[in-house]
Amino acid sequence: MNKNIILCGVGGQGTVLASRLISSAAMARSIPVLSAETIGMAQRGGSVFSHLRMGEGLCSPMIARGEADLILGFEPGEAVRLLPFLKPEGQVVVSSRAVMPVTAALSDTGYRAEDMLAYLSSRVDHLTVVDAEKALQEVGSPKVLNLILLGAAVRTGALGLEAEDLKDAVRRLIPEKFHELNFRALDYSA
Amino acid sequence: MHDEFVMGNEAIALGALAAGVNLVCGYPGTPSTEALETVAKRRGENVYVEWSVNEKVAMEIAGGAAYAGARALVTMKQMGLNVASDPLMCLEYIGVKGGLVVLVADDPGPISSQTEQDTRSFASFSKVPLLDPSSAAEAYAMVQEAFELSEKYGTPVFLRPTTRVSHGYASISVKDPEEYTVHPVEGFVKDSSRWVIFPRLSFANHRKIEERNELLQDVFSDNPLNRIEPEEALLSGLRRGVATGGFNYTYVMEARKKLGALRTLKVSTPFPFPEKLAVRFLDGLDEVLCVEELDPVIERELVYLCGKYGLKTKILGKMTGHMPRSGENSRDSVAAALAGFMNLPVPAEAPDTPPPLPVRPPVLCAGCPHRASFYAVKQAMKGRKTVFCGDIGCYTLGNAMPLDMVDTCLCMGAGLGIAQSLNHLEKDRSCFAFVGDSTFFASALPGVVNAVYNQAEFTLVVLDNSTTAMTGHQPHPGTGRTMMGEVVEKVSIENVLKGIGVTVVETVDPLDHRLAVETVRRTADLPGVKAIIFRSPCVALFRASARVTIDPDRCIGCKKCIREIGCPALSFRDGKAIADAAQCNGCTLCAQLCPAGAITGGESHE
Repeated sequence: MNKNIILCGVGGQGTVLASRLISSAAMARSIPVLSAETIGMAQRGGSVFSHLRMGEGLCSPMIARGEADLILGFEPGEAVRLLPFLKPEGQVVVSSRAVMPVTAALSDTGYRAEDMLAYLSSRVDHLTVVDAEKALQEVGSPKVLNLILLGAAVRTGALGLEAEDLKDAVRRLIPEKFHELNFRALDYSA
Repeated sequence: MHDEFVMGNEAIALGALAAGVNLVCGYPGTPSTEALETVAKRRGENVYVEWSVNEKVAMEIAGGAAYAGARALVTMKQMGLNVASDPLMCLEYIGVKGGLVVLVADDPGPISSQTEQDTRSFASFSKVPLLDPSSAAEAYAMVQEAFELSEKYGTPVFLRPTTRVSHGYASISVKDPEEYTVHPVEGFVKDSSRWVIFPRLSFANHRKIEERNELLQDVFSDNPLNRIEPEEALLSGLRRGVATGGFNYTYVMEARKKLGALRTLKVSTPFPFPEKLAVRFLDGLDEVLCVEELDPVIERELVYLCGKYGLKTKILGKMTGHMPRSGENSRDSVAAALAGFMNLPVPAEAPDTPPPLPVRPPVLCAGCPHRASFYAVKQAMKGRKTVFCGDIGCYTLGNAMPLDMVDTCLCMGAGLGIAQSLNHLEKDRSCFAFVGDSTFFASALPGVVNAVYNQAEFTLVVLDNSTTAMTGHQPHPGTGRTMMGEVVEKVSIENVLKGIGVTVVETVDPLDHRLAVETVRRTADLPGVKAIIFRSPCVALFRASARVTIDPDRCIGCKKCIREIGCPALSFRDGKAIADAAQCNGCTLCAQLCPAGAITGGESHE
């Protein structure tokens, strides 16, 4: 099974942890993984991405355009930005909530989540939009968007992993006091 | 052996530990930082590790260890190599006894750096051999080989990953601690004819260095790190080849899957260059495309070899306009360049145009005390003729609108020199230099001494958030914690400044906005060098649980909070300001400036 996955969002949203969880889950199934992370200045509110590749015979951790099986968008505009990487039949799982850059708050740049989601739904056959506001409220923490999105991605089948694989990864990588909250986020379904 | 999923930098650390490294030091810098941090986490009790105060000191610490026969690893980013270049240039002439590996991570793009300098070019300038890994697995093996080479040939050796190698993850096979080499340290042996650099010694050693590097060209031609792939391509009558190295090798390998056989030269030791191997590669080829980032190092070597051996092969790359001169390559850009080179159709870009996307320059975090510090100085100096000289760190982000509080930024510590210089020329300009706490110790001290001695007039603002924040929170002399896990006496910034002779040193919490503004007003117009230390911990280290709430009934929609401080937690919807609970850290700066008193909660700072 070869899978190319792109996680993208805004620095501080937890993409790196999500990527580590997928990698850990895949490796527990003895699937080779290569990944590349954004670490550095962009983590302060810039556009960030992780490329994650699973399977045999891979040389580079980087994904080429038109090669991603799944784009996990933590932010609708960032999912649009990286859409050229999606395979024609690929899946997109995206948070509905826009993160407004400070520039947009200063003077209205016209940036709207709805426009991004409309564009995505016009281009992507397999699109899952997660209502982030509602999900975060129902799970009861503003900090677990990454696990909620991972849960939605698992249910599409595009990860090639089960929820239980990711729960095991949570047990390995995250302190125990957060397990229950993270499991709730993973299992959350609108 | 066992398998681990590791970042390239972690692989380098584990490789160094497997090689029996005795001492590891360095200064944080993206993308190199995690190597030393991993050593600190995974070391045995006999391995000494420290974050040194800067790269120059680190290089000297590592050099001393190598004099004693120890194996030493020193880590830095490419900018840090500039700081460390004085000891390194000389160390190459003196030579080493124990293995000395200099890890320098380069940053094509650049993604988190001021320059796109290429350590491969620095290698030929300094005459220090260099290994250029393409993956975490290769980096793991190369760091061990680098120690062997360093000891065998008595020279420091560079290991030079780029960002995608340093921050790429892979599952690799690594040694168990019981399998680690144990490297005994002989100890320093006095020999002034060896360890004291004088012109006569440098002259003698220079000749030996050149002879050794000529020898290494042959040694590296036979080293499987450098190779022609596939070997049978040599016999196939192919007329085109590609030469590459480092991470770009993975781009070429991926492209080759679709393009078919293509004679490929993988150069893992760009200096000294594997000349004989390269000549064998060039033999019979009409054209070669060089795929590399930063400087055209491989390309220049091949052009040189064609001249030297009278070969007719055309060498294409950056210098011929076939590859971009600057920036990072990608899977797609390399695939397109190779397809064009092979006269194959280049996949067209999708004609689709998405709606305009937001530009996301990095910004100071919500609740970052630097925002409050910049805002206090801005308010205090409103309407005055000023210059705000910035520096390297998170606080470079004080340049963003609406703060707009960084007029200059050059390199670590440079803000002090620029601020004092401008005041010498323009006496009516109120000059400020902003420097972080880690940068203060790393590179601001000579600037302060210079200013006090030469009667400069400016205000030094130390932004003390009690950590090295931008690179991921490393300790420094002001934090009182070492990488050996000790809690030690903090080096006091106040005492250092007073000791140098700065008579006015004010310390204030920047999140107490009224007091912070008053302090700046009171201090800035005093004569000579004066210092304000804004002390408040990094929010990413000590996350507050408090959040502000904005009462929509009291918010008058004036947008002052948004217009003035540019906090990413604040936005404006339906005529009212709103605070994002996921981002707010309750610093209350917005509450302190709200004219309607609509913002409450958070942590008190008054």
